Amino acid sequence: MSDLVTVPQQAAGPERTSSAPLLQVEGLTKHFPVRSGLFGARQLVRAVDGIDFDVAPGETLGLVGESGCGKTTTGRMLVRLLEPTAGKITFEGRDITHASVTSLRAMRQDLQIIFQDPYSSLNPRHTVGKIVAMPMTVNGINPPGGVIKRVQELLEIVGLNPEHYNRYPHEFSGGQRQRIGIARALAVRPKLIVADEPVSALDVSIQAQVINLLRDLQREFGLAFVFIAHDLAVVRHFCQRIAVMYLGKIVEMGSREQIYDRPSHPYTRALLSAVPDVTKLGAATGRIRLEGDVPTPISPPSGCRFRTRCWKAQEKCAQEEPLLQISPNGSRSACHFPEVGALR
Amino acid sequence: MAEGKHAAPGAYLQVEDLKVQFSTEDGVVRAVDGLTFSVERGQTLGIVGESGSGKSVTSLAIMGLHNRKRTAIAGKVLVDGRDVAAMPDDQIRRLRGQQIAMIFQDPLTALHPYYTIGRQIIEAYKIHHRGASKAEGRKRAIEMLDRVGIPRPDKRVDQYPHEFSGGMRQRAMIAMALVNDPELLIADEPTTALDVTVQAQILDLINDLQREFNTAVIIITHDLGVVSQVADDVLVMYAGRMAEYGTAQQVLREPQHPYTWGLLSSVPSLHGDADEDLLPIKGNPPSLINVPPGCAFHPRCRYAMLDGGPCDIEIPQLLPLTTPGDSGHLVACHLSERHRRDVYAQDIAQVGVAQ
Repeated sequence: MSDLVTVPQQAAGPERTSSAPLLQVEGLTKHFPVRSGLFGARQLVRAVDGIDFDVAPGETLGLVGESGCGKTTTGRMLVRLLEPTAGKITFEGRDITHASVTSLRAMRQDLQIIFQDPYSSLNPRHTVGKIVAMPMTVNGINPPGGVIKRVQELLEIVGLNPEHYNRYPHEFSGGQRQRIGIARALAVRPKLIVADEPVSALDVSIQAQVINLLRDLQREFGLAFVFIAHDLAVVRHFCQRIAVMYLGKIVEMGSREQIYDRPSHPYTRALLSAVPDVTKLGAATGRIRLEGDVPTPISPPSGCRFRTRCWKAQEKCAQEEPLLQISPNGSRSACHFPEVGALR
Repeated sequence: MAEGKHAAPGAYLQVEDLKVQFSTEDGVVRAVDGLTFSVERGQTLGIVGESGSGKSVTSLAIMGLHNRKRTAIAGKVLVDGRDVAAMPDDQIRRLRGQQIAMIFQDPLTALHPYYTIGRQIIEAYKIHHRGASKAEGRKRAIEMLDRVGIPRPDKRVDQYPHEFSGGMRQRAMIAMALVNDPELLIADEPTTALDVTVQAQILDLINDLQREFNTAVIIITHDLGVVSQVADDVLVMYAGRMAEYGTAQQVLREPQHPYTWGLLSSVPSLHGDADEDLLPIKGNPPSLINVPPGCAFHPRCRYAMLDGGPCDIEIPQLLPLTTPGDSGHLVACHLSERHRRDVYAQDIAQVGVAQ
């Protein structure tokens, strides 16, 4: 079994791929029950409220949105760290939505996760070697050449010194710890990696190193990614397709060009225009200023959830929830009055 | 070495050769190693740096918040002509919250969870207005909450921090900082914990308030985008020292220091070629106990010793550029000016946010 399989990079293709998707998500929902006060009424936080998307083999899908949009909750449901309240997750044709822990074990070789915080996602009492080997140990996998050799190989792949497998996490910097987390995710040759804000906790100069590394690994091993982030510029650098989330729903989904050059959904436009442009000094003119804060996911607005902050909102928006459909700009957008034309 | 705005006499805040050191078991931490800059009223200085650059330690030194017993501070911090670094605690306390105010990165941890927002703002007000009545304090708090754009301020004033969203908490903190009309506002990573749309609102707010009250503002951040939005002048810090200093136009659009280049070319942008690899800065930020000899940045610098310069032996001085029209632009680098311009044009101007 060759160690390094080079897979041609997936071309930025159409919305739905013709070959069977690696991961399919339908109507995925997660509601958290909360109680207001000691004897208060039970309420539901609708963190994720019915989302659908596919990921093809070798494809990178970005999940973007601001706090409370549900992207992290979605990521955790994909790897079953959280149980979905409703909906279906299909991986390689198998329904894993409510699969048992034992049957999940096999699936977990193919579906791995990288966490945001390099300081809390590695067990401080284990050596780096033990951490990176853990997915193999837990699954009873003995690679040809032995576990240690594979660990060293992995450390080298992520740019760390293979001799350091006997060191402890605290002996490494944040960026290096994140690399250890990546090595661990690669250990059992997954097909898809869920990366939950993999660079947000890192210094700017280190972020670029890790982004470049992830890109190289994605190309070299043909890995599929669900890349969760709030930083639109980072996502643009890494993902071929992007889904924009707002208050538990996907409001727009399209290719990188569609989303960044010709976004249809007003929220996507507002989000993009809020990102400061270093090449334009001073307060940006023509920036869309969104008023107020994101409404509570306990009682989201009726109809279109974005309408309370949308400058185009009309009566229809309060009465009828817009469904995701192809917009004039080409992407799929959940809006009754999608934007047309290029950004700016 | 005083040149132009860099050390302008008469500026509201003047920092002269500030050094801050902590003694630890492992050695002396040189957190700040010779900082000189000034800020006028109505102007904004952006201090850019990553972890371990010394930027937060600098802001604490300006506020007089370091523990004198454990911190060695040298140099001058002149606020309206008075040296804060040499002032006894009781005098600084009178300045703090009144003439100089600060807003912190994470509003949830900076606000007291047990007291209402109103109570916390009123406390900041009454410390410097001892004669004020409860009613006056409350009126002022509601006024400030309204001023920072919090809806229903008369209701919100009696709520607790956890009942506010992240953006609103930051606004509340700004209200608390501005309640006594300070002349200098220091904002330490004010938007790092916030979403990008909320960040935009907060930066706009700070800009508006500055114009209204003619406040001198220092924004400390690692985010070049934030700096480009609000700063008139930019100071780039590395390992406790000044790497580059100038106007926002000079530092962000015509940068001269390899570290600034590194920052600009390693940050992904919404424009330009998304498939082009980012140009990261190799290596890691240095330890402030064992700062590399000579230029602190040299182990990570692509251009170290290219000119035959003593990058690994001699600490480069912060010197003004000689090009006419570029006055007030200072760089600490051994590379020749000519060489730097060539490198920038060839390597940097095409990558990352520098495009």
